[in-house]
Amino acid sequence: MLDDVRLYFKYISVSVRSQMQYRASFVMQSVGQLLITGIDFLGIWALFDRFGGLEGWTLTEVALLYGMVSVAFTFADAMSAGFDLFSATVRNGDFDRMLVRPRSTVLQVIGQELTMRRVGRLAQGTAVLVWAAWAIEAPWSAPKALLLAAAIAGGTSIFVGLFILQGTMCFWTTESLEIMNTLTYGGRESISYPLSIFRPWFRRFFIFVVPLAAVNYFPALAILEHEDPLGTPVVVQWSSPLVGFAFLLVALQVWKIGVRHYRSTGS
Amino acid sequence: MKAYRAIVSARFRMMLQYRAAAAAGLGTQLFWGFIRIMIFTAFYRFAKAPQPMTLEQVVSYVWLGQAMFAMLPWSVEPDLRVMIRSGNVAYELLRPVDLYWLWFSRSVARRSAPTLLRAVPMFIIAGLFFGLRAPQSVGVAAAWLAAMAGAFVLSCAISTILSISLLWTVSGEGVMVLMSGAAWLLSGMIIPLPLFPDWAQGILAFLPFRGVADAPYRVYMGNIPLNEVWVVLAHQLAWIAAFVVVGRALVGRGLRRLAVQGG
Repeated sequence: MLDDVRLYFKYISVSVRSQMQYRASFVMQSVGQLLITGIDFLGIWALFDRFGGLEGWTLTEVALLYGMVSVAFTFADAMSAGFDLFSATVRNGDFDRMLVRPRSTVLQVIGQELTMRRVGRLAQGTAVLVWAAWAIEAPWSAPKALLLAAAIAGGTSIFVGLFILQGTMCFWTTESLEIMNTLTYGGRESISYPLSIFRPWFRRFFIFVVPLAAVNYFPALAILEHEDPLGTPVVVQWSSPLVGFAFLLVALQVWKIGVRHYRSTGS
Repeated sequence: MKAYRAIVSARFRMMLQYRAAAAAGLGTQLFWGFIRIMIFTAFYRFAKAPQPMTLEQVVSYVWLGQAMFAMLPWSVEPDLRVMIRSGNVAYELLRPVDLYWLWFSRSVARRSAPTLLRAVPMFIIAGLFFGLRAPQSVGVAAAWLAAMAGAFVLSCAISTILSISLLWTVSGEGVMVLMSGAAWLLSGMIIPLPLFPDWAQGILAFLPFRGVADAPYRVYMGNIPLNEVWVVLAHQLAWIAAFVVVGRALVGRGLRRLAVQGG
């Protein structure tokens, strides 16, 4: 286990060093990402400016939801480039080489790349999160800070899990499916708004199928001490981030099934 | 003229080959449309003051955006990027046609086929099931088609200028990210432009981006009355002229300093 961690950091340091060879491109892409995600939040701000509020939610409260999901997504996105581009690995037969190495396949795929240019988006998400944390009315406490960290870790787990599932599908389809983007990007987009505003079928989807609500909306309620129109008990709000880690475990199991099913393309 | 028509039609047929991608894209677009509409509905449910657009209009606006999405100038030609990086752009210079209009035709072809493939099914599905209203009269429909044509040409002119900028930047990564962000926000794809703060309306009305999406959509739903449609068309034409003139000048300057990358 410890050995795997050490190997992961070795992989990552190789990846980081290779990306730093193109420093100008790295800086430009990071700044670009910072601006483009800033535009994203501008849309939310404009809506609040026009309408004044959203069913009892203020801009700062929604900014907390946005910041939490944005930071979690960015961590996952930066780590999971190997899974995102897994269709290429399958197509040109590189996965065969991974199978013959005496290490877990997940470790090797996830060690392929840590996408450094995401640092721009991370900065934007963190800025929104810090601003929201400073501006909300509910008082902060140590347990709440812990809950926030757990929610972000849980959210990262779910998004990594989704990227793993996306990669797993390549064992069957070879091609990567656009439909998974609906879940990752669509999930990030919709979960930045309070879950209670959506229709019931949509809410249930993000509670029970892809449980993003458990790592964002529910813990945020506890942090904000916000009344929940859906009536969830406080216990659920405090413990729900655990669901995120469970989701990752399930995704890893599905990956194992996929690996067993793998047949080389022969190229 | 014949040469440009051949370029457009050949590339149009090539783009028609990607039907599976269009089908997958349709599903994604429907999902996005749902998310956006649910968010706007929630905002409208508790809106106190009357808004510059009704919720029904916003719903139609969102679906029009999803239907016409492939038309927006949010990327440079991927083929051209490859060509400029690999040096194959030299072949483009050898062709006995004007380079500006050659790249313009490429842009027309890249936009027309995917737009048709996505728009037609989207209109049918959203129109039948999800609240996309038909235009109020034949006159409105005709005005919308005219504005849409203007939007299409404007979009191609903007994207051609982006392609030309590759002669300087080569990778085009930075320009692309910034432009797609600007085009996305300022054309009304994130939220309808009338919902932006009142102080921003003047700037938004001046900038070219509203001409590619916001203006024709609002003509469609009657939010811009028929007797003001000429303003929309004039705004589009003025910007098209500006982009073409600047684009042609840039091509000339860019070619003088172009160093073809290797062989």
